[in-house]
Order: sequence, then C-alpha cells, then structure tokens
Amino acid sequence: MNTLFDSLKSRFSREAETETGDITAAALRSDRFRQAREGDWKRLETMVSAMEKGRLSRLSDADVLELPVLYRTVASSLSVARETSLDAATLAYLEALVQRAYFLVYGPRDSFTGWLRGFFAGGWSRAVRAIGLDILIALAVMVAGATVGWLLVAHDPQWYGALVAGETTRTPTATREALRATLFGDQKQEALGVFATFLFGHNSQIAIMAYAVGFAAGIPSVLLLVQNTGNLGAMLWVFHQKGLLLDFIGWLSIHGTTELFAILLAGASGIHVGRAMAFPGGHSVMASLAAAGRRTAPVMLGVVLMLLVAGMLEGFARQLINETPARLAIGGAMLVFWLNYFFTFRGRRT
Amino acid sequence: MSRRADPRQRSIVTPEGLTLTFTLAGRGARFGALALDLVFMVLVLVAMLLFLAFLAGGLANLDTQIAKKNAVGQAIQFLVIVMLAFIFLLRNGWFLFFELGPRGATPGKRITGLRIAARDGGRLSTEMVLARNLMRDIEIFLPLAAMGAALGSDASEAFNWVMAGWFLIFALFPFFNRDGLRAGDLVAGTWVVEAPRRKLEASLSTAPAATPAASGYAFRAEDLAAYGEYELQTLERVLREDQDSAMEAVARAICLKIGWTPPGGHEVRSFLEAYYTALRAQLEQGMRFGKRKADKHDAGGTP
Repeated sequence: MNTLFDSLKSRFSREAETETGDITAAALRSDRFRQAREGDWKRLETMVSAMEKGRLSRLSDADVLELPVLYRTVASSLSVARETSLDAATLAYLEALVQRAYFLVYGPRDSFTGWLRGFFAGGWSRAVRAIGLDILIALAVMVAGATVGWLLVAHDPQWYGALVAGETTRTPTATREALRATLFGDQKQEALGVFATFLFGHNSQIAIMAYAVGFAAGIPSVLLLVQNTGNLGAMLWVFHQKGLLLDFIGWLSIHGTTELFAILLAGASGIHVGRAMAFPGGHSVMASLAAAGRRTAPVMLGVVLMLLVAGMLEGFARQLINETPARLAIGGAMLVFWLNYFFTFRGRRT
Repeated sequence: MSRRADPRQRSIVTPEGLTLTFTLAGRGARFGALALDLVFMVLVLVAMLLFLAFLAGGLANLDTQIAKKNAVGQAIQFLVIVMLAFIFLLRNGWFLFFELGPRGATPGKRITGLRIAARDGGRLSTEMVLARNLMRDIEIFLPLAAMGAALGSDASEAFNWVMAGWFLIFALFPFFNRDGLRAGDLVAGTWVVEAPRRKLEASLSTAPAATPAASGYAFRAEDLAAYGEYELQTLERVLREDQDSAMEAVARAICLKIGWTPPGGHEVRSFLEAYYTALRAQLEQGMRFGKRKADKHDAGGTP
C-alpha cells in the first residue's frame, strides 16, 4: 500500500514539476509520448513505403501480418496526439502516415490477377446476369432498329443512302454477282492479322463509347444501337433482294454473333447506367450512379474481350472459311457458348 | 490545422472510428496530372514506334513488302499488329494499370501528389478503377477529336459544333460540381484527393537549449497567456524555416507584447525555442483540462 502511494505521489509530483516548467530534456508530456512511440511510427513508415513501391517481397511475412496491427497502433497515436499535442509537424506527419497506411490496409483486397481469376470463374457471368433487364431493353431496341431499317429501305430504296453512309459496292442497285463477291472469294486477302487487330481496336473503342455516353441518361446509347442496327437491317434487305440473305447472314454471323452480343452488352450497360441516373429509386443519384458503374464495369471489360474474339473471327476465320454452312456453324456455336457461359454457368462464389 | 475549415476538406470515419480528413485535389493539379500523363503516354508511344521502326529498319519498301506472303511480309505484319495492340493498350490501359497499383495514382498524379480514393471511405475496388477509366474516352479523346473536327471544318458545319459542345459538357464536368468530380468519378464512386507524404521532423521542444531551465529564461504565467495555438504554430513554422531576419522580427514582436527586452545575435533562436517550449507546455496543459486557446484573441476558457 505504501509503495503504491509512493509511486502515485512521485507521479503527481513530477506532474507538478512539469506544470511549473522546471525539468530537463523531453519535458513536455507530448514529447515523451512521441519518444515512446516514434519507433512504431518509423517502422510503419518503412513498411508503407516498401509496399507503395510494390516491393512486398522485401518485407517478411511477419511484417505483412503486422501491418494492420501497426496501423491501428499508429492510428490510436494520432487520435491521442490530436487531443494532447500542439506539435504541428508531428501531427501532420501522423496524419499523412495514417492516411497512407489506411489506403494499404483498406486497399483492393485482391491483386489484379486474382480479381481476373474471379472474373473468369463466375464474376463476369454474374455481372451480365445482374443487368438482365437492360439486356432485354437493348435487345428490343436492336431488333426494332433492324426492323425499321429493313422496312424503310423496302418501302423506298432511297433510304439506303441515308442509313448506310458512304457505301458504294453493297447498294440496292448492285448486281447479284457484285454482292456475292463481297461475301466470298477474298481468300487471297493479305495481312489478315493486321486486319483483325484493327477491327478489334476500332470496335472496342466504339463499344466503350456506346457505354460511356450512357451517362447522359442512356439516350445516346439507345440512339447508337438504333443507328447501327438500322444500318444492318438495310443491308439485310439489300442481300435479301438478290436472294443472298442466308449467305449474308453466314458471312455476318461467323463473327457477328460474338460482336453483336458484345454490342448488345455494351448498349445494355450504357442503358443501365442511364437508368440508374434517371430513376435512382430510394438512393441518391450519386450513390445509384456509382453502384451502376461498379456493376457494369466488369461487363465492359468482358465486352472488350468479346470484341477481341470477334476481331480474330472476322479477321481470320471469315476470310479463310468460304462456305455458308461452316460459317453459320461457327457463328451458332459461338452464340451457344456465350449464352451458356453467361446464363447457365454459375461459377464459384466469391 | 487552419483556423477556418478548408472548403476542399472532406472527412471520412475509418472502421476504427478515427476521423480522417482528406483534401480534395484542386482542378488545376488534376489537369496538370492529366497533362503529364498524356506527355508520358506520347513519349512511350514515340519510343515504341522508334523501336519498331528500328526493328523494321532492315526491311526495305515497307508498303510493297507488307502485302507479300513471304517472311519479310509476315515480319512486318507482325510488327504492325504489335503496334496496333500497343496503341490500344496504351490508350485504355495506362490509367488502369497505375491506378490499380498500391499507390492508386498514375505517374502524373504521383508527381502532382494526388491519388484516387473511394468516396464512401471504403475499399477502392477493381470495378471502381475500371469504371472511372472507361469514361475517360468521352472526357478526353472524343472532345479533343470533336473540337478538332469543328475547328477544321467550314463555319457552316453547325453539326460539328453541336457535337463539340456536347462532348465539352463531359470534358468540363469537374467545373459543374463542388467536389470537382469528373464523369468517371461519378460513375465509379471515387474522387481524387491529395496524398501528402511527410518526414518526421525533429521535435523543437526537445532541443538541448529549449528547456527554460537550460536556457535560463523564466516566463511568468502572464507572459505565456499572451498567445494561443495559432501563434504557437506560426512560431513553430518560423523556427523550422530558420531564417535569421524572420526569427528576429518574431522575437521582437513577442518581447514587445510581454514587455521584455528583445534578445540579439545568438540569443534570438534560444529565446524563441524556450518561449515555444514554455508556451506549448502551457497550452497543452490547458488541452488536457479541456481548455483550448485558438489564438491570442481567445480567452482560453472554451472547451
């Protein structure tokens, strides 16, 4: 009891000394606080710097496991320092250090490759299924666009020039042979790889745009879908006129089932974002928009990958395979594959 | 620690219950970061093209050879494919790659001291980084292309100007909201904040001469009651900057206020350090009792 009293007494008497401002080095309580914890701060700083530079391998496993613990220690140092210290430089240091550590501790849980693995093993399909309603809307828009394009040109072939701008060979007045030549024959076309890569880059950029403009309440996405499918409908009619409809569909479908599916998904993503903005429901517009953006981002990554596949099919397979049945078979197989992957494949849960 | 709340400051509460204050990046800094990134991208592109041209250098008559189905033609085709793929990756992947890294910032943002963060204070996810960069095309590249088309066309081409105006809405989006969010930030739920990095500075109050006993200065309570936290921080800054003229001016001002004779020469710094330590001790003691004194006008009684 007596020793306890003594220790208490000595504590308070030292306190009294501090208050009269009459002791030696590290007189301030806040400085003693800092001296006792500086080691932890420095250690966290070293770890954070190494992790920010991506040099995880230089840290031992023990260090990596210790990061969250050390982060909480330093975070509590900060909240104590805010209430007890007036050393602006130390406070600023702690604020910055805790922020940096916070971003690492609460940073992306997975590496990008880990995320990609999850993406292929179910994340992609889930993302597509999550926007099912928008896919139906986009599909309806595309069918309507193609129908309108067909009907307009069937009603008056003059429309063709307006719908399919800049087309000189595949016109309503072209002969059957000329039209046929655009579908078959080109086996000797050179530089297929270059062509495929170009197609992929071009189509991806358009798909990304169709998604991004969905930000304006989804209307531009719908317009882009209508424009593209209207053009397609008009072409379908032209080939139908000359009895080449099935051949044209074969020519189109070998890559088109993949490509049009990708365009459908891009348009649906754009519509989803636009819908979230126009009808946020119970959330704020900002929250609703952000949630829609996060839901559709994986779909769009998938769209780019699908267009890569489509570019390869268009650049190589279509030029090398010159028969309508084979083309239809490949196109149909691709369609079955995508439908299966998106709507029946459940993958692993994350 | 400014006296008035900075309009660019935003607070989040971490899961530990700690309030962290972030400063939103200024629009100028963000534009600077973007400009730097575009310059870097162009430099990388030029380097890559020069490298490819060097590889193709031995192959004469590129335009006629590329169509040939011989080894030379194949080689050139391969180089063209590499180039096209590289351009696509650079345009769409540059921001993605760097923002997915642990720093959450592209090289341009690192140089300007910025990073991206989730607006709700939660984890920054891969989906967010993807979403914010998918929008970049209509915010940067398409407005630039549309402006180019509008400027290059005849004045009668009203359509081009309408397109340019429409895309400019996206490009100038950060000017239409308080948080300086661009369309991509809005869709992803992110924002761009300043990412301060600081070294731990030596403590001024533990310098050997800083303690009143060692320095021989003895301040009375009323000498220390003259100033508050704001003046203490100003004094700290002056001491850290260590400019003789500024320190002399501050020492004179303090002495005038508390009725002392101003010190001279070597004494200036030791006087200021001693006064700083004593004032901080006084104010921190007040803090512990819940009394803070914001500045010299504050009576010091408010908790």
